[in-house]
Amino acid sequence: MIPTLCLLPVVVCGLFGPLFYPHDPTLMNLEGALKPPVFLSGGNFSYLLGTDHMGRDLFSRLIEGARISLIIAVFGVFFSGFVGCLLGVLAGYFGKKLDEVIMRIVDAQMAIPAILLSILLATVLGAGVTTIIIAISVVFWTGYARVIRGETLSLKQRDFITLARVTGCSRARIIMKHVLPNLVSTITVLATLQIGSAILIEASLTFLGVGLQPPATAWGLMISEGRAYLATAWWIPTFAGLAILVTVLGANLLGDWLRDKFDPKLRQL
Amino acid sequence: MDLMTKKRILSVEDLKTYFFTRAGVIKAVDGVSFTVDEGESLGIAGESGCGKSITCLSLVRLVPQPAGRIVSGKILFEGQDILTKKEEEMRQWRGKVIAMILQDPLTSLNPCFTIGNQVSEPFKLEKGNDQRKNIKQQAIDVLRSVKIPIPERRMNDYPFQFSGGMRQRVLAAIAIARNPRLLIADEPTTSLDVTIQDQFLRLLKDMQKQTNMGLVMITHDMGIVAETCDRVAIMYAGRIVESGTVQRVFLNPAHPYTEALMEALPKMESKSKTLFQIKGEPPNLLQLPAGCSFWPRCHKVIDICRIEYPPLFPVTNGGEASCWLLQKNKDK
Repeated sequence: MIPTLCLLPVVVCGLFGPLFYPHDPTLMNLEGALKPPVFLSGGNFSYLLGTDHMGRDLFSRLIEGARISLIIAVFGVFFSGFVGCLLGVLAGYFGKKLDEVIMRIVDAQMAIPAILLSILLATVLGAGVTTIIIAISVVFWTGYARVIRGETLSLKQRDFITLARVTGCSRARIIMKHVLPNLVSTITVLATLQIGSAILIEASLTFLGVGLQPPATAWGLMISEGRAYLATAWWIPTFAGLAILVTVLGANLLGDWLRDKFDPKLRQL
Repeated sequence: MDLMTKKRILSVEDLKTYFFTRAGVIKAVDGVSFTVDEGESLGIAGESGCGKSITCLSLVRLVPQPAGRIVSGKILFEGQDILTKKEEEMRQWRGKVIAMILQDPLTSLNPCFTIGNQVSEPFKLEKGNDQRKNIKQQAIDVLRSVKIPIPERRMNDYPFQFSGGMRQRVLAAIAIARNPRLLIADEPTTSLDVTIQDQFLRLLKDMQKQTNMGLVMITHDMGIVAETCDRVAIMYAGRIVESGTVQRVFLNPAHPYTEALMEALPKMESKSKTLFQIKGEPPNLLQLPAGCSFWPRCHKVIDICRIEYPPLFPVTNGGEASCWLLQKNKDK
């Protein structure tokens, strides 16, 4: 319930944003700059959440920012999940040298702080949406690889895998038809929990100036631009921050809920 | 005379499967030889950990990796040596020519898929067999042949909706789906209760009669051997200590271990309140005693038993046994 409340607006805004904005989110109007939100004196209903230092409507910009966050969350989680699960299953199933190599890479990479690694990547590859997606994939695949490898190792010992082997299934078929379907719930939970982190990384990179660049519209950018006005126009960074908070919270709660849902021990019969 | 006309399908010669662990080499199967003919059932019996299961995993070349390895020996299946086959060829043989029923029906089915889906799998592996309707019908037919009531309706059920006995039948259905020449059943009834056990064994015998396949039945239950098998091989510490027809082995056991096993069977007419028990424990495969591996527990032990492992000696009424006492008889 709560996760839906938190995430639905983001998804809807991300997909159909242009239908809702009261104003063009990039339209500048320096005369109307730094207008307060509607509930403060001086605010009006035309600019629900006020305007920023360029006079752009914050409400419209929040809606527009949802799209970037959504794109990055979906693609980042998809690519990191794809790479992580693939390598994790291979390492777990085939073991031996392959396992050793993949898991040592994972260990090595996990020793580097995520934000540092993504800053490095963003700097090398140049700012942009693609770069952030690549950075997120590179940072997050290790998490999947570890968990999926462990699950695969334990699945491999299960009798139905032995049955598949004595029935004459090829290794590819066993992985695709017997191992992966049993990993779906784990992957779903991992991916959902990762959505929040992906959005956070995007916002952090953008805030630090290595992610999206103006004139793009993104929550992280709104915070970094609004930082200078914190004392006089606190609403500029605050609403973007709240948007991030609500989205990440929603994604995490959804992940927790899914985990409980998939865990038979916690399921109420 | 009947025996002469039967085709030999499996002959295992001096099979050795070892496990290489940090603690040392475990000789799980150490020089085992046996044969199975068409339509014949061979029982392999012995205590837990005597190498029964590893023997049958060796037959399909699925010995647990990386520790386990088939070190030497020959497994001739209809004249072709399984051990020299390429892995891909071997894979195509599994399920098609040699099928296996696993021990635990409760965990051997994939919880994610319906019974129909899993019973269809062997048919899907068959090359050039991709008409969907055809596969479904074949799956229903094979489920019917293992006596699952109203298979059409049960195709869409998941394994958890089946009882243990029913699941074991599903496993049997998967095993016989492609009409294998040899069926290996690894303690197929251990997790079933006795009445279901009996039903299942009858079903196995029926299936065997219909298809004339060879059957290797792994078990620790001498009752099952008596009920289902033609010949029996008794294993102890990785080796076959006695083999012969079921009748001969049960009535005139030649090896003291077999004798003791027979003694340990609960008998209807027995008045004693306690069951016979073989003293001592099965030996640690890492530290086998010198000589015969059974001598520390044997009540007929003679000097030579402690020094040298006995070869197989022929037994009077057929079969063979590896015990020095038989040499004494022969010499007399």
